[in-house]
Amino acid sequence: MLEFKNVSKWFNGAQGRVAVLKDVSFCVQTGELLAIRGPSGCGKTTLLLAAGGLLRPSEGRISLDGQDPYELSPEQRSNLRARMIGFVFQQFHLIPYLTVRQNILAASLALPGENVSARAQEIIHHFGLDDRVNHVPAQLSTGERQRTALARAVLNQPKVILADEPTGNLDEENARTVFGYLRQYVNDGGCVLLVTHDDRATAHATRTLQMRQAQLVD
Amino acid sequence: MTIWSLLIREILHRKLNFALAVLSVMVASGCLIGSIALLRIHDVRTDQILEQKEAELQKSTVQLNDETRKAMLKLGFNVVILPKDQNLSDWYAEDFASKYMPEDYVHKLADSGIVSVRHFLPSLQQKIEWPEQKRKIILMGARGEVPNLHKSLVKPMVEPVLPGTIILGYELHRSLGIKVGDKVTLMGKDFTVDTCHKERGNKDDITAWIHLPEAQELLDKPGQINAILALECLCIGEEALPIIRKEIAAILPGTQVIERGSEAIARAEARMKVAEQGLALIEREKHNREGLRAVRERLASILTPVVVTACAIWIAVLGFTNVRARREEIGILRAIGIRSRHILVMFLSRHVIVGTLGGAIGFAAGVLSAVYFSAAREGTRIGITDMGLSWIGLFVLSVVGAAALAVIAGWIPTMIATRQDPADVLREE
Repeated sequence: MLEFKNVSKWFNGAQGRVAVLKDVSFCVQTGELLAIRGPSGCGKTTLLLAAGGLLRPSEGRISLDGQDPYELSPEQRSNLRARMIGFVFQQFHLIPYLTVRQNILAASLALPGENVSARAQEIIHHFGLDDRVNHVPAQLSTGERQRTALARAVLNQPKVILADEPTGNLDEENARTVFGYLRQYVNDGGCVLLVTHDDRATAHATRTLQMRQAQLVD
Repeated sequence: MTIWSLLIREILHRKLNFALAVLSVMVASGCLIGSIALLRIHDVRTDQILEQKEAELQKSTVQLNDETRKAMLKLGFNVVILPKDQNLSDWYAEDFASKYMPEDYVHKLADSGIVSVRHFLPSLQQKIEWPEQKRKIILMGARGEVPNLHKSLVKPMVEPVLPGTIILGYELHRSLGIKVGDKVTLMGKDFTVDTCHKERGNKDDITAWIHLPEAQELLDKPGQINAILALECLCIGEEALPIIRKEIAAILPGTQVIERGSEAIARAEARMKVAEQGLALIEREKHNREGLRAVRERLASILTPVVVTACAIWIAVLGFTNVRARREEIGILRAIGIRSRHILVMFLSRHVIVGTLGGAIGFAAGVLSAVYFSAAREGTRIGITDMGLSWIGLFVLSVVGAAALAVIAGWIPTMIATRQDPADVLREE
């Protein structure tokens, strides 16, 4: 489903070229929850953004469902993201002036559908947010915020969820809940690429890779 | 969920930013519309003032013309008949003739059937030393009016001086302390003071009037006069004097005729002068109003672009602030697949709403401010309907112009928003 083949990424800064990904290759299949673990600053987020079609690699090829997103036009790439990818972030990135329901429905802005409202209601129920549906993010707990972000990520029924430290701000119970949802998503036929430094992820992942200094290590 | 509902919710969330942007557009639009309305009010007020003044002038001119016509009809104008050999320069210098003619001329004239002149006043006038008082005076011998027998008899315009009486000018009786009824001696002859004139401010103030035959006796000019004053010449207009001259020359070939400024002519001239001054006043008022308008127009032409530019900068600053505040939001929207053109539409629509709302409010504020400001300054309120402006056109101009201003001012911030790299924002975590 998602494949990295010899992907490298570097930035040219004032102190010369800085490599943030070095010759990264891996593959995530449908029904798989791949956790990439590593310390802060090792390039995990860069890897995830590159996977999401948001950061063009300097070298190598990324394939999503057999298609290289960077060979598409920006418009087509946006469309690909809307259809195939769901993002979950550590900081949730909810829109502060929208309610839980509206934040979840925001994903439909990119991919409007006929029964999106009914599906949103179903997801709200699934993530246990029924009594928070008209609350804005500032009125939610961190766990509720992350569940809202997860709900938004799955609204368009993407094939891949890219999760960046989704449990970084959560307590044990909420982290377990989030991992539970991700596992369920994988079991339902999706695939998840999770980048984290959270040791708890190992227990929920189908496979774990380690990342050190911009490279995947055994 | 649509882009529009997202837009409305964002506006409601960031009310202050939105309100400040609307206020800014409102100020710019209000300034422009206010300037236009103010200048228009000025024009309307100028027309009103000039119309009012012209109406007043016309009314008074009509009244004056009527009065003058009546006065001219009643008074005619006056001529003086002098001996033919009288040097006119001397006459103008002294105001009395040094040459003489027979008193009989006046009777010839009265009996001649002349129709253009009504009253005749023969006189003998000379500057003399009043020996008893040791001062120079003008002695005037007058016998009263000789009627034109071919005209209907009317009340004499000038009362005759009775024999043995004397009439004194203001300066004479005042300086000599003489009163009516006093006895005075002139050149050895006694007279009773019949009248003491009020001050006239001319040679009359040092003139003494006595009966003509007594003057002829005292001046040793028996049967002689040196002027005939012809009053109430009935024909008027530019051709009057030549006609009278022609008629009198036919009757009295040894004379010459000159015009003496009559009261009626002086009054007519004064009234014409008043009318001219009235017109000049209107012209001056018009000139002043035009000057004031030019000042206001110049002020508006400087102030309005400055205000509009300042407001545009302020809108741009608010736009930058808005983009900065929504950086994370733009990042996540782009990450979930929102296209950059949707971001463009969202931000530009916000500027269009800001401009439209600000333009509409600014239009109302500008017009009302102009009305109240001009009412305070001019003391008269000009109604909106009295201004004769195309309000629909101005409203459209205000709204469309303001929306364009907001979009132009917000263009750069919008471009920044659309070109924002979501990876930059999301990596900042």
